[in-house]
Amino acid sequence: MKILFPFFAVIALVLLAYTGVKIANLQLLFGVVTPYIAIALFILGFIYRVVTWGRSPVPFRIPTTRGQQKSLPWIKQDKLGNPSSTIGVIGRMFLEVFFFRPLFMNMKTEMASENRVVYGSDKWLWLAGLAFHYSFLIVVIRHIEFFVQPVPFYLDFLKSIDGFFEIGVPRLFMTGVLLLVSTIYLFLRRVYIPQVRYISLVADYFPLFLLMGIASTGIFMRYFFPVDLVSVKMLALGLVSFNPVIPEGIGAIFYVHVFLVSILLAYFPFSKLMHMGGVFLSPTLNMVNNSRIIRHINPWNYPVHVHTYEEYENDFREKMIEAGIPVEKKE
Amino acid sequence: MSSKFTAKPDELSKIDYTPPGKRWMDTPVEFKEHTFCWGARGKNLSAVEFPNARDWSPVEEDWKLPENWQEIFLEGMKERLDKYRSFRLFMDICVRCGACADKCHFFIGGGDPKNMPVLRGELLRSVYRKYFTASGRMLGRAAGARELTLDVLKELWYYYFQCTECRRCSVFCPYGIDQAEITMIGRELLNLLGLNTDWIAGPVANCYRVGNHIGLEPHTIKSSMEFFLDDIETITGIKIEPSFNRKGAEILFIAPSGDLFADPGTYTAMGYLMLFHELGIDYTWSTYASEGGNFGLFTSNEMAKRLNAKIYTEAKRLGVKWILGGECGHMWRVLHQYMDTWNGPADFLEVPVSPITGTRFENAKSTKMIHIAEFTADLIKHRKLKIDPSRNDHLSVTWHDSCNTARGMGILEEPRYVLRNVCNNFYEMPENTIKEKTFCCGSGAGLNASENMELRMRGGFPRANAVKYVRDTHGVNMLATICAIDRVALKSLMEYWVPDVEVAGLHELVGNALVMKGEKERTLDLRLEPLRGKATEE
Repeated sequence: MKILFPFFAVIALVLLAYTGVKIANLQLLFGVVTPYIAIALFILGFIYRVVTWGRSPVPFRIPTTRGQQKSLPWIKQDKLGNPSSTIGVIGRMFLEVFFFRPLFMNMKTEMASENRVVYGSDKWLWLAGLAFHYSFLIVVIRHIEFFVQPVPFYLDFLKSIDGFFEIGVPRLFMTGVLLLVSTIYLFLRRVYIPQVRYISLVADYFPLFLLMGIASTGIFMRYFFPVDLVSVKMLALGLVSFNPVIPEGIGAIFYVHVFLVSILLAYFPFSKLMHMGGVFLSPTLNMVNNSRIIRHINPWNYPVHVHTYEEYENDFREKMIEAGIPVEKKE
Repeated sequence: MSSKFTAKPDELSKIDYTPPGKRWMDTPVEFKEHTFCWGARGKNLSAVEFPNARDWSPVEEDWKLPENWQEIFLEGMKERLDKYRSFRLFMDICVRCGACADKCHFFIGGGDPKNMPVLRGELLRSVYRKYFTASGRMLGRAAGARELTLDVLKELWYYYFQCTECRRCSVFCPYGIDQAEITMIGRELLNLLGLNTDWIAGPVANCYRVGNHIGLEPHTIKSSMEFFLDDIETITGIKIEPSFNRKGAEILFIAPSGDLFADPGTYTAMGYLMLFHELGIDYTWSTYASEGGNFGLFTSNEMAKRLNAKIYTEAKRLGVKWILGGECGHMWRVLHQYMDTWNGPADFLEVPVSPITGTRFENAKSTKMIHIAEFTADLIKHRKLKIDPSRNDHLSVTWHDSCNTARGMGILEEPRYVLRNVCNNFYEMPENTIKEKTFCCGSGAGLNASENMELRMRGGFPRANAVKYVRDTHGVNMLATICAIDRVALKSLMEYWVPDVEVAGLHELVGNALVMKGEKERTLDLRLEPLRGKATEE
């Protein structure tokens, strides 16, 4: 149910766009109106979410320290795992965001024989995560070519690297395949690792199916059912220049692709995909471990009711005097 | 209800990590005997003016909740979402990748899927989605949302008091999501309904009025210390006279009260006393601020601040220059990450300077409080201590990093430096079980009661397993640590899983090795047990 529901939801989205274009000729709806709405939702939603997070203060300095603190000058500090300066935090965040360092550290806990627990290296999630995010990033950058005229030189360069192996006509882009394969891997591990399957929600499967749909329609369009790229570019340029046009003769599969991307964009801000923005705000990662050096201010710190020394001494004065412990008042 | 915990290690270590077929939202909580603590007694809650103070039991159907308990809980949740970016963010951005799943010691030692950090978080996130997100409100279960029913509340209570706030999950989370933070806020919400455990509420009430968790009154602190002083005299021939609540001392020393109460912590306290005497430093103990630990941290932010306030207040009243802190774990999470923010600025104190070496502790220039491992490491580095490490030759030592000092501070090398200097036989446990990846004792965050012994033994299983490994490979017979809860908890843990390994604090081993001016020839260690090679001569 958790898997089938989102799967059929994505199938339904595909059919909706396909029949909408094929039968009802709703090119304008799927090629112009939905993308505009989706992009607006994406941008506004993203800002809204980040602003909402930003409005909650960070009352305490709570970095998770992953290494030796800065203390005595002759003890070697782990400047990236336990940063004591802003530069250190930037370094730490760089490793987190661009290299997924915690996943690199990941290990698998298993019961070996004789009730012995062993911890084996487990870097598959790290590898698949990197493959997925970086190929997705390059695929997105490659798509810039549809939205600008003339095409900047770096895109040609990127494409030549991406198609380095010169397989087939048109040349195979590695990232497109990698995107699909890594997404399928992420799906399979969710299904096959019992613990991960147990915790997975509809909201975990839906974006995976959506991404599979996007990647496969893209691949189909490029290699198997080519669409007229000149017309596609006209449509894309029309969108960015706010002079939308619907050129004749673009295959329905293109509209399916665009519709799935639109759904992804619209869905993004309201889903777990917001980890993209959230990781930068995470107080356990982005804070300097200097709480004994500089006082961190809690904006809502308020006075509290305490048990004063005077009350304490009143309770125990006689016993203290008898035990020879100094007191403020003798009687 | 209170049958004795008799399960043998062999039974307990049969662990199945496969989750049940039934979905977790459809699996109501089952209160298994020996895995949870008694409910907080009314008198302990009213002692600190907490709401809904009454006697209650977790296993009874009726938890005696206020009629509008849902409203209170959800209002409290809203308030905290607005007050803590961490909380709001951690409710929103988990992708359920599962990297944390097998990092929790309770999951490793028990296999209950709701002890996977991600699922412990989902217990509360599902409620968050229902009441604070549009998709959860509209789509309900399809969006991973569920209503806050009495069963859900009980489940939250059960599992949020099966988390020791050790932060190991946070180390492995690609977004740094810290279940300790979620647990702390979750417990705070439960406390709005009077749902603490008595093992936490009791010490909190004690600490508030009497000054320490154990409830040692001022004269009792002094008299228990007399026992240590007598033992020190027996061992070294030296009579030590510490001072209490003395105005004008240079340094205020604050230790976790556990070190004054039960062995092996008491041996660590003896180590402190011997070290300070040998150095001849001008310091005092306080009976009012006689607790470095803070069970308020396991209750609510406000309660922790109320208990912690005594430290600076007392430092000010006594007119000391700076504060030295003893060996403790969560105490140092508080002192390092919270104290200055709550109760600072400590502008009436001076930046700590070691009176012996002249080292200025710039790393504590705002809080004015340093850890005794930092202090002692500096002494040894400057060769200010005369040490005979061979007095610890009867010990083969391994080092347990405490969760809070490892992942909420990063004091890893200071104690190791001290340890390498005071003993000759030191062996590290496997790399994946120490430093930032250290395993909890299984009894932190207020779980070191006796009625939840199965939970504690399960939670400590990964730690015990690593100790067993160095015992078998290197003949380790002593597990050293800088945490007061560890010293108590690991003792029972070792007795259960690795019976021939004992537990010590760092300064017990310092005390053993410390050559004191005018001492007689030592034949006994701080436990009054014969030193190697000396017993037969006597």
